[in-house]
Amino acid sequence: MFGDLVYLDNSAATRLDERVLEAMRPYFLETYAVATSQFGYSAGIESREALEGARESIAARLGAKREEFLFTSGSTESSNMALKGVALALGEKKGRHIITTKIEDFPVLYSARSLGRRGFEITYLDVDETGRLDLDQLRDAIQAETILVSVQAANQEIATLQDIESIAKICQERDALFHTDATHTFPRLPLNVGEVPVDLVTVASHLIHGPKGVGGLYVRERTPLTKWMDGGFQEFNLRAGAENIPGAVGFAKAVELVTLEETSRLRDMRDRLTERLLGIPHARLNGHPSLRLPHNTNVSFRFVEGESILLHLDMRGFAVSTGSACFSRSLEASHVIMGIGGNHEQAHGSVRFTFGRFNTMDDVDAVAGAITEVIEKLREISPLGKDE
Amino acid sequence: MTQLPYTETVMEHFKNPQNVGRIENPDAKSVEGSPSCGDMVALYLLVDEDTQTITDIKFESYGCASNIATGSIITELAKGRTLEKAKDITWKEATEALGGLPPIKTHCSILAVDGLRAAIENYEEKHGLVKERVPTTKNVVVKRLKRVMNPIVGLDLVRTKLVDDIEVEDGVVRVEIKLAEDHQFAPNIREEIHEKLDHLWDVEKVVVTYEA
Repeated sequence: MFGDLVYLDNSAATRLDERVLEAMRPYFLETYAVATSQFGYSAGIESREALEGARESIAARLGAKREEFLFTSGSTESSNMALKGVALALGEKKGRHIITTKIEDFPVLYSARSLGRRGFEITYLDVDETGRLDLDQLRDAIQAETILVSVQAANQEIATLQDIESIAKICQERDALFHTDATHTFPRLPLNVGEVPVDLVTVASHLIHGPKGVGGLYVRERTPLTKWMDGGFQEFNLRAGAENIPGAVGFAKAVELVTLEETSRLRDMRDRLTERLLGIPHARLNGHPSLRLPHNTNVSFRFVEGESILLHLDMRGFAVSTGSACFSRSLEASHVIMGIGGNHEQAHGSVRFTFGRFNTMDDVDAVAGAITEVIEKLREISPLGKDE
Repeated sequence: MTQLPYTETVMEHFKNPQNVGRIENPDAKSVEGSPSCGDMVALYLLVDEDTQTITDIKFESYGCASNIATGSIITELAKGRTLEKAKDITWKEATEALGGLPPIKTHCSILAVDGLRAAIENYEEKHGLVKERVPTTKNVVVKRLKRVMNPIVGLDLVRTKLVDDIEVEDGVVRVEIKLAEDHQFAPNIREEIHEKLDHLWDVEKVVVTYEA
């Protein structure tokens, strides 16, 4: 595959697990019929059973009913569907106010922005310097016209977890629907919709060693949601389009393979790397020190730039990510780092390391050694930091 | 082998940059920085006073690969030239020497070129070689905007016709750019325009407006 590549960008994409591939294979080559109604031909019924089996097992992991879980093409679609679907359903009936945070991932952030241009009022809540949302601030922001609150379960870059349970309860008390983007937590961190009164949950397969292009949206029973992908009557008539059955089966398998033991192994790697990185002078951890994703370390190194770090690491066989403006497609510094009160400098030298199933402690030591060298080399070139 | 967006020459200069470091007691120096991108370049010159030739030049970079590579190539190009000849080094010449840069990266590389000019100006100021302060006119603004890159194509704003209108009145410069406010690169371009105009001695305020 990538030879000796040490892949530490598992919050961007993950390597497929072979067991997932094996589970998917028959649905490409044998049971490839469309999922038909119960009155269809037998091959179609078999497809439908596979689809519904996958649905049932993922829904169970969320504590949801089978018919509350829809398959989508990924978390981008799920979040678009949640925000725009609720906006369409309630914009005329209840109100046009939506609340979210400044550090959401792009699907939520830009769905909100796009609704903002179509006559909806959007409140973007601040977070503190660790990335946590202030619950009192949220409580105060909810008005009678607020139709939806969307707050991520964990941040894509700095890993900070939000108190989803409390947020859900506040929204319930104040009669606003609550959506959470759980792309980075599901199913590693528990979320039971039987206990947490959340109405909509975005989940995806591509970060848990499942296939890309598959995700899901949990929709609590009787949640007002207007269909906007028009066509056939698939997915309880909420999302048209021939079902991606191999994808759904692969997603279910990927969910099944995520275990507590594995998560604890990822956490050990994360902690060891964090410790080693913070041993480098002028390094600081981004995000919350303890309330964070088990597989993410994000550190800013002063006086050096992220794309340069990334390229040097690439030459040494490591794949990581950075919040530097030079690396982004819009040439803007990470909105997350800026959102936690960071400056350009903090974003400029930020590096994200995310672990997955196929990483080992050897990878941790290897990347810690490599980045120590790279930072040293780049600081020699840098005009900054020498007079201190 | 995967195709990286950078040429082999760029990668060579990035991996092993030439003329890196500081000159103690330089004859001139400059520090150019971009608040939007965050990149920064420092340049140090030693100049032979009789021949007005750059005898030594070093740079430091707090920046990305293009920034480091351009710093490296531009110091190579400038070393041994007279100040007048060194002033003629353009961004285009530097990029060509590197075998080209991706369009989106041009703004990081132009910093080093600006840095060289600024260092030369610094020398001229110190040695009483500067002319009078030029008032900021529309032409001056156009000239400065030619140093703001349009990241879509990697050419400047003026040449790519992104500048719709310029007004200069009572220290206020208004620049209208032909992009929607929510365009992917709009915030970046706005920052760069500010960077090129804000510090001009007779400019009090710079206002960037977008296409309706």
